[in-house]
Amino acid sequence: MSELLFSLSHTVLATANAHEGLSLMKILMIVVPSALLWAAPLVFTSLGGVFSERSGVVNIGLEGLMVIGAFSAIVFNLTFVDTFGSATPWVALLVAMVAGALFSILHAVAAITFRADHTVSGVAINLLAVGLTMFLVKLIYNKGETDIIKQGFSKIDIPILKDIPVLGKIFFQNTYWTSFVAIFVAFIAWYVIYKTPFGLRLRSVGEHPMAADTMGINVTKMRYLGVIISGALGGIGGGVYAQSISSNFNHATISGQGFMALAAMIFGKWHPLGAMGAALFFGFAQSISIIGSSLPFLSNIPNVYLFIAPYVLTILALTGFIGRAEAPKADGVHYIKGSR
Amino acid sequence: MSKRLINLLTPIFAVLLGIILGTIIMLVSGYNPVDAFIALGQGAFGDVYQTGEVVRQVTPYILAGLAVAFAFRVGLFNIGVEGQFIVGWLAAVWVGVTFELPTIIHIPLAILAAMLAGGLWAFIPGLLKARFRVHEVIVTIMMNYIALHVVNYIVNTKMNQGSSKTGKIHETASLRSEWLSNLTTGSSIHWGIIIAIICCFIMWFLLEKTTRGFELRAVGFNQDAAHYAGMSVNKNIILSMVISGCFAGIAGAMEGLGTFGYMAVQGGFTGVGFNGIAVALLGGNTAIGVFFAALLFGILKIGALSMPLAGVPKELVDIIIALIVFFVAASYMIRIVLERFSKKGVK
Repeated sequence: MSELLFSLSHTVLATANAHEGLSLMKILMIVVPSALLWAAPLVFTSLGGVFSERSGVVNIGLEGLMVIGAFSAIVFNLTFVDTFGSATPWVALLVAMVAGALFSILHAVAAITFRADHTVSGVAINLLAVGLTMFLVKLIYNKGETDIIKQGFSKIDIPILKDIPVLGKIFFQNTYWTSFVAIFVAFIAWYVIYKTPFGLRLRSVGEHPMAADTMGINVTKMRYLGVIISGALGGIGGGVYAQSISSNFNHATISGQGFMALAAMIFGKWHPLGAMGAALFFGFAQSISIIGSSLPFLSNIPNVYLFIAPYVLTILALTGFIGRAEAPKADGVHYIKGSR
Repeated sequence: MSKRLINLLTPIFAVLLGIILGTIIMLVSGYNPVDAFIALGQGAFGDVYQTGEVVRQVTPYILAGLAVAFAFRVGLFNIGVEGQFIVGWLAAVWVGVTFELPTIIHIPLAILAAMLAGGLWAFIPGLLKARFRVHEVIVTIMMNYIALHVVNYIVNTKMNQGSSKTGKIHETASLRSEWLSNLTTGSSIHWGIIIAIICCFIMWFLLEKTTRGFELRAVGFNQDAAHYAGMSVNKNIILSMVISGCFAGIAGAMEGLGTFGYMAVQGGFTGVGFNGIAVALLGGNTAIGVFFAALLFGILKIGALSMPLAGVPKELVDIIIALIVFFVAASYMIRIVLERFSKKGVK
């Protein structure tokens, strides 16, 4: 992927030279913060996917979990903005996290305890999230969408880092805290999954639940935790999206971000840092497809290529053209005690 | 209690549980459920116009349900019906707009194009599954988004006749009929329902009465056993995805040639493909089950449009449908309860 980014930046460089006025520096100062902005929700949600699938529960309900997160963050933000002032979006993010975690229990109960097909249960979660939140929006606001929040995440310059020459201007000015929190959380997730006993247990129930059970690990408990963590992270992802990009909630607020996060998780080979890298790249593709028309060298390329890039790349990654992506062995497999 | 009876009772219990929970949600939110259900009933059966609309809505649901069910029977989860549906819609409209032919050729040609498009869109995940063992769920999800963006691009740039829509299809390709429309006081009902019912028969016949169908089901039951018996697992996997995609493509043709007569840029998914999953599950993946499940969801969806008259948001029906899917998925729970009861009965 780094090669791809490298060649992309080369094209940018070559074409930027051809156009006077927009220097490479200026272009990067537009593109990089925008990419980070779009990537943040994807990073959080794809990490959620990693936790769930590493424990062996397929979670295509990520989309629905983001919907729940976006909805609860916006409603909380609108209701309590006077109480919490400028801290509102952060508190709303915690609310979104809790809401996502609670909602994901439904998926856990169906997929783990009642042995539902994980994919079907995920579909139900997605349908239910949209139906329930739109029902509540109409119940609370008496119209098809919420008002626009007054206090969202706002653009900031990161202290100290912003003064680094060149890099500071590109990466740390006019940006959002949430993007950096997302990257930080990805490293925490990597540490938790690969360096702690909890992570080892989580991975073991996803690879070989019977072996894990024999060693005294509670398979059901670990899988419930995996799903609930994914719900919490998916909720945060939705909350970040709603409060930094859409600024309100309606039926189309979350339209495919959850599935793109799923794609990022697979493209990142079920690894937290891989998922983060893929999410950053998909965020980059999304932001380019949106702001591309304002960049002279991109306005001639149909943005459909950028729209479909994440999905095409994911298929290629699964097929093995870009290093084969292998799911955890027991991903989507029910563990029924005593059966071989 | 026999296994057959439990199989029949499970979806019925799922529907009942969905409606009961929906009622509870209405009560908690301070709505009157009786008024809401009366409004829903009148919205679906109040007069012939609404019945016509229900039939129109049921048509793509049947076909999308068949598409999901067919793949399920071969052990594959085609979650990409939505994408195959969209490309089928576009292909049918393209034939409808581009050619001028007599009706007897034009309609079959347009439907054939839709089948080809849907089949091709499903062929890719089928091939990847057979050749590289890539899980079809992920590939079909990705193919959905690729379909959405590519189709929007084509409609916007190649076929745009103003306001992000294609031109109207020629009369000769239309499934609409004056007679049907007048019969239902101007509803958007069209002949597609006949095609949908024929497709139900085709699916039943293909799976239950032909050697190929036997092979397909055998692969669905146990791939290793099918392989051992000398059947080509890979060929059957690809074939089942393609047939499934063909059904989905026809569903798209119903919208293109019947309901709308054109294709517009889609802001998001239509939901037909995802409702097809619900239909197939509730219908137990059989042709007859799909027919009745599609009927139920069509009634719910069209009836829901009248629920705001009773002050209840129409999204309540989406909640009920989601809950039904949820309970069918978690049918293990319902089975346990049913089996407990039957054991007590024996004692």
